[in-house]
Amino acid sequence: MPKDGGIGASTIRREDIRFLTGKGRYTADINLRGQAYACFLRSEVAHGRINRIDTAEARAMPGVLAVMTGADFAAMGGNPAGWHIPSRNGEAMKEPKRPVLAHGKVRHVGDAYAVVVAETLEQARDAAGAIVADITELPAVVDMAQAVANPDLRVHDEIANNVCFDWGWIEDNRAAVDAAFKAAPHVTTLELVNNRLVPNAMEPRASIGDYDSGTGDYKLYTTSQNPHLSRLLIAAFVMGIPENKLTVIAPDVGGGFGSKIYHYGEEAAVLAASKALNRPVKWVADRSESFLSDAHGRDHVTRIELATDLEGNFLALRTETLANVGAYLSNFSTATPTFLHGTLMAGPYRTPLIYVNVKAVFTNTAPVDAYRGAGRPEATFSIERVVDKMCRELKLDPVAVRRKNLIQPDQFPYTTPVGLVYDTGNYPATLDKLIEIADFSGFEARRAESARRGKLRGLGLSTWIEACGIAPSNLVGVLGARVGLYDVATVRVNATGNISVMTGAHSHGQGHETVFAQIVSDKLGIPASSIDIVHGDTSKIPFGMGSYGSRSLAVGGSAMVKAVDKIIAKGKKIAAHMLEAAEDDIVFEDGKFSVSGTDKAKTFGEIAFSAYVPHNYPLESLEPGLEETAFYDPANFTYPAGAYACEVEVDAETGRVEVVGFACADDFGNVMNPMIVNGQVHGGVAQGIGQALLEAAAYDDNGQLLTGSYMDYAMPRADDLPMFTVDHSCNTPCTHNPLGVKGCGEAGAIGSPPAVVNAVIDALHRGGHTKVTHINMPLTPSRVWSAIQN
Amino acid sequence: MHNFDFVKPSSVADAVRALSAEGAQALSGGQTLLPTMKQRLAAPAVLVSLTGIADTRGVCLDNGALSVGGATAHAVVAQEARKYYPALADLAGGIGDPAVRSRGTIGGSLANNDPSACYPAAVLASGATVITDRRRIAADDFFQGMFATALHDGEIITSVVFPIPEKAAYVKFNQPASRFALTGVFVAKYGSGVRVAVTGASANGVFRWTEAERALSASFTPAAIAGLSLPSDSMIADLHGSAAYRANLARVLTGRGVASAH
Repeated sequence: MPKDGGIGASTIRREDIRFLTGKGRYTADINLRGQAYACFLRSEVAHGRINRIDTAEARAMPGVLAVMTGADFAAMGGNPAGWHIPSRNGEAMKEPKRPVLAHGKVRHVGDAYAVVVAETLEQARDAAGAIVADITELPAVVDMAQAVANPDLRVHDEIANNVCFDWGWIEDNRAAVDAAFKAAPHVTTLELVNNRLVPNAMEPRASIGDYDSGTGDYKLYTTSQNPHLSRLLIAAFVMGIPENKLTVIAPDVGGGFGSKIYHYGEEAAVLAASKALNRPVKWVADRSESFLSDAHGRDHVTRIELATDLEGNFLALRTETLANVGAYLSNFSTATPTFLHGTLMAGPYRTPLIYVNVKAVFTNTAPVDAYRGAGRPEATFSIERVVDKMCRELKLDPVAVRRKNLIQPDQFPYTTPVGLVYDTGNYPATLDKLIEIADFSGFEARRAESARRGKLRGLGLSTWIEACGIAPSNLVGVLGARVGLYDVATVRVNATGNISVMTGAHSHGQGHETVFAQIVSDKLGIPASSIDIVHGDTSKIPFGMGSYGSRSLAVGGSAMVKAVDKIIAKGKKIAAHMLEAAEDDIVFEDGKFSVSGTDKAKTFGEIAFSAYVPHNYPLESLEPGLEETAFYDPANFTYPAGAYACEVEVDAETGRVEVVGFACADDFGNVMNPMIVNGQVHGGVAQGIGQALLEAAAYDDNGQLLTGSYMDYAMPRADDLPMFTVDHSCNTPCTHNPLGVKGCGEAGAIGSPPAVVNAVIDALHRGGHTKVTHINMPLTPSRVWSAIQN
Repeated sequence: MHNFDFVKPSSVADAVRALSAEGAQALSGGQTLLPTMKQRLAAPAVLVSLTGIADTRGVCLDNGALSVGGATAHAVVAQEARKYYPALADLAGGIGDPAVRSRGTIGGSLANNDPSACYPAAVLASGATVITDRRRIAADDFFQGMFATALHDGEIITSVVFPIPEKAAYVKFNQPASRFALTGVFVAKYGSGVRVAVTGASANGVFRWTEAERALSASFTPAAIAGLSLPSDSMIADLHGSAAYRANLARVLTGRGVASAH
């Protein structure tokens, strides 16, 4: 019988009531008394020198309150990179200043260089149109290979060759890897592109700055996945205001997928404008601005080589990647292609020797940063594509080859040659489960049926692993992180026994309010309806690190469990006093503190009341009140893993690919709410299929974004997707967090793209088009047709 | 969006008068014009709505042909043309999404002549007649290249008259993002011969594939055009498909249209 509440129950999402009835309160819904409106003026050229910005006419226009340009922010700090990644020769990475507004040069189409604040949005727009900017257009650096090769092209005048860093992982292993390649009986080489994506959160970015001249306090309402980190960046690095004088509130946020982790210049600009004008200043991006200025994702060009014996045993793996960081370093941009990518190149396999080289390259394009999966999809795609290519070259069964190279269940904890220690897993089990739920044995009959309709059917596979729940602060510190990556929760039991939980995690659609309440309810025996989850407001919550990297449950949830444990421990002390028993004799079960072996008991509510009305209370040895905070810094990453299968039908005459089946066998450790986990996998796979077949952020040679609207940027829609088969029964609980959970938010987007591409290549080969070894994503009809023709 | 004035006349004559004003712009369903205005790429002084004129709306038979009022929404054509001209109803029912089909009109689509629009293919393949406030224009004369038509400034499409074919089909291959026709082919078989019109593919807008028409007039079978190919030199090449790809699509879709004509 499925549970109807608590851990493991598919509890209906409580937040959906307000989201689905129009009661959500997003930043754009917030209107403050006396607010003015900001409009940013953005570069129309990819690269240009700003000679002069004439704002006189704009300032004189009706309703205009202020016009600010890059010069007004030149004395402020830059928006920093959160991770320092040294080059393999020991050089520090190049960190050009990322100003609030572009100053001196504009470096990508959409780079904001002025802001107008006016009484109305229309007036602000009209005035922005009246600003006359004298900008000398410079040659745009768009293609990464050219950026690295041509010394005359420079995104930042002081950075030759546009290389941020040249990273080797692990440099000491390089010689051994090269030697293994020289001696290998077979080497498979693949050059591939991991296509650049636009995050496309449903809610565009928005920010309201609200300075209070009476107290000197700043308040920022903004679309953030981590309000405390935004506060830290704005206060300490960019604006130089005391952290305690800035409150950051991220109310309901309509999706982030990574793009709202980062601090953006618009946030500092509305705060500064609010102070200058002594009134609130509001900005809401339109969709075109989102396309141009949200941090994009992926954008790797990789050459991967796999050395094997003739039976398909993996001997060594080597990659060279150019990773686009765009015009400026966004906060996580340097970690994404390195420690979220290079460290994952072992995948779920026992490959003994691995070497990864990544050059991060500046270009005149929007900044690129973590996007759902962040580095791990790139790693998984490279590995799973080269494995499939090797199987085809050696005429080996892709299932059998994967199976024999998988890390075996008795090998955990498993130390990979790229610096991670996988704590637990059972990769053969998820592969076996996948073969069952995807009905591999019925494939041939389905293929024959497709053939009767003139379609080529293919089956593609991917076995993947990721590292999430980031992370142990001491480990990421060694790896170059400039922040800690713990999380925190405060459990406040009110006098009447109901509970407010303040979490450092931030929900932007994930369902935290439901799941966290389930966990606390389960642990305390209190109905979930008596538990509220509070998040997103730095004036209410303890200093947490927010949500990304599938970390909310594994890190934030674990902190919550620790805080609940403290509540129970204190409750036992109170109960021992009230029941006149020894503390060690008190047991807590089903919301009751009782004396072991007796019927003497106090309910949780009685204990809570006593804590706040301490008439009969051990005041001499115990503080009143029942509120506990716990910080949690995990001992390791968590390592979700799984096996995905995709079935496609290809129309060879038009090149159109239809995904007709998709199955996922995942190991997420213990599952708190199966319905929400299924939803996370569905969403992730939808985004992965989008990347594989539809989505691409394309710039032309002049750095103009060709896919700047939904007319040209293809988002996956319901009818692009099949019904998904999702299973998470093969779980191996995480060994080092109290819930045994691993994280499920990114898995779908990580495991699915190679399964889709492998399926298309399989279909083409089965259809006789055996010369096609690879097609770069997205596999649009035109690209698939062209591959068939050639 | 900039400010504008709005008028909604109830007769064609009033609409023609209103359109003669400085900066006046006809507004039908607004599915292209309004987004353009919202992006501040167009700023007409006066919008003259054409959807308040009762006798430019609706579908009826006219001497054995199907007459569709210029201000008739796609959703209405999808429903009401079905018993007379099912292929035309199929086309109308496949434009955009329900919101677009409820607002967008045939007159607006034809006057705009987007090279990827669906309706031009039906009008050209049917040898339809575009009737305006002042004259009748044969389909072969109406379309004059991308976003260009025979319409004069201020001229209003009041109806379109479609001869009803024995068999016809519209086969559309969606551009994956916009779901406009990356290429769409309308095939119509009449007693007098077969007409084939291709939209979405050519930089010159909708066109007739006369070589296929000749072959299909001789034998209305997919095999009749299997050996033909379209030159790709005037085809559109963009992110979504090369010129050669579009030429291929036109051929493949023509064959599928013949096979599915009803």
